[in-house]
Amino acid sequence: MGDLLVGKRILVTGVLTDASIAFHVARLAQEEGAEVVLTGFGRLSLVNRIAGRLPKPAPVIELDVTNQEHLDALADNVRQHVDGIDGVVHSIAFGPQDALGGNFLNTTYEDVSTAVQVSAFSLKSLTMAALPLKPEDGSLSVVGLDFDAQVAWPGYDWMGVAKAGLEATSRYLAKYLGEQNVRVNLVSAGPVKTMAARSIPGFDQFEGVWNEKAPLGWDLNDPEPAARGVVGLLSDWFPKTTGEVVHVDGGLHAMGA
Amino acid sequence: MASQEEILEGLANIVNEIAGTDVEDVQLDKSFTEDLDIDSLSMVEVVVAAEEQFDVKIPDDDVKGLRTVGDAVDYILKAQG
Ligand SMILES: NC(=O)c1ccc[n+]([C@@H]2O[C@H](COP(=O)([O-])OP(=O)(O)OC[C@H]3O[C@@H](n4cnc5c(N)ncnc54)[C@H](O)[C@@H]3O)[C@@H](O)[C@H]2O)c1
Repeated sequence: MGDLLVGKRILVTGVLTDASIAFHVARLAQEEGAEVVLTGFGRLSLVNRIAGRLPKPAPVIELDVTNQEHLDALADNVRQHVDGIDGVVHSIAFGPQDALGGNFLNTTYEDVSTAVQVSAFSLKSLTMAALPLKPEDGSLSVVGLDFDAQVAWPGYDWMGVAKAGLEATSRYLAKYLGEQNVRVNLVSAGPVKTMAARSIPGFDQFEGVWNEKAPLGWDLNDPEPAARGVVGLLSDWFPKTTGEVVHVDGGLHAMGA
Repeated sequence: MASQEEILEGLANIVNEIAGTDVEDVQLDKSFTEDLDIDSLSMVEVVVAAEEQFDVKIPDDDVKGLRTVGDAVDYILKAQG
């Protein structure tokens, strides 16, 4: 228990199970004093059950980031619970099966566009939908979850392309929203066993790669390091950091071999 | 502690609530995916609800082993004690 986020109101997307990185972000944010509002996608009954496992109650608002009506209604729906928002967490990704698992050369553009829309363009959609909730004389910290897109990974395929898009989207949001005191950053996390990870064929191979190469070591069953990185970026301790990708990956990205 | 019968009844209600399956159809020999139309996300929700109702913890890696309703009932019986 700390006080890193005391007085802050944080909107957290992407909670699905209690393994979700977003669940641990929400939990830590509450433990650090924040008031948390969740958004859920699709299976709201499950999200509500999981929300019940947080240290404190958190309302759940329905949000499909590809649904313009949901996006348009977001600010009003959030206002039913809190007056404004100081931080937004984007913890959303989806790639159709054909876009993953070694089918790279044959994936249709339709599947690619779904992956990019849900996983990259949505950072812009979500940020703009939440912008009216920013306190007038305050700031807004937007933090997204990334998987290092500087290199090619086995099986990650078009999700890797979508993540490269997410990285670029975050830089452009930083550029266009800086004057409104909005910071946009990403946490590039090492692999964590979640529902999203399960749908990536060959995800298990990452375990060996991280065991071998990450100088600090890495535990695929521990979402907490990534969640801590997100909470850090939501706090007041990175006031002049934007357009940044912070790697929370045990140091793997910095190693050549 | 719940008996085998109580666990089966509890699970039947949970499956009914989550997937709309008739309570009478949820029998020990029924497979979640093949007979009861439970997809992987529904199964996650069934597990979460069962954990809460029976005050047990069912780790992800064990969920794969729960093919039939009977598997789940046995697992919960053991996990309680
Ligand atoms: N698990 C990992 O190894 C890992 C590593 C690095 C980055 N990430 C990133 O972390 C983020 C969260 O993933 P996770 O691993 O916690 O898995 P998860 O399955 O728990 O979360 C993915 C979330 O995306 C949501 N989602 C999918 N489509 C949506 C839509 N149309 N609208 C709104 N929400 C939608 C799902 O409901 C779910 O909550 C993703 O961006 C993922 O790429 C994960």
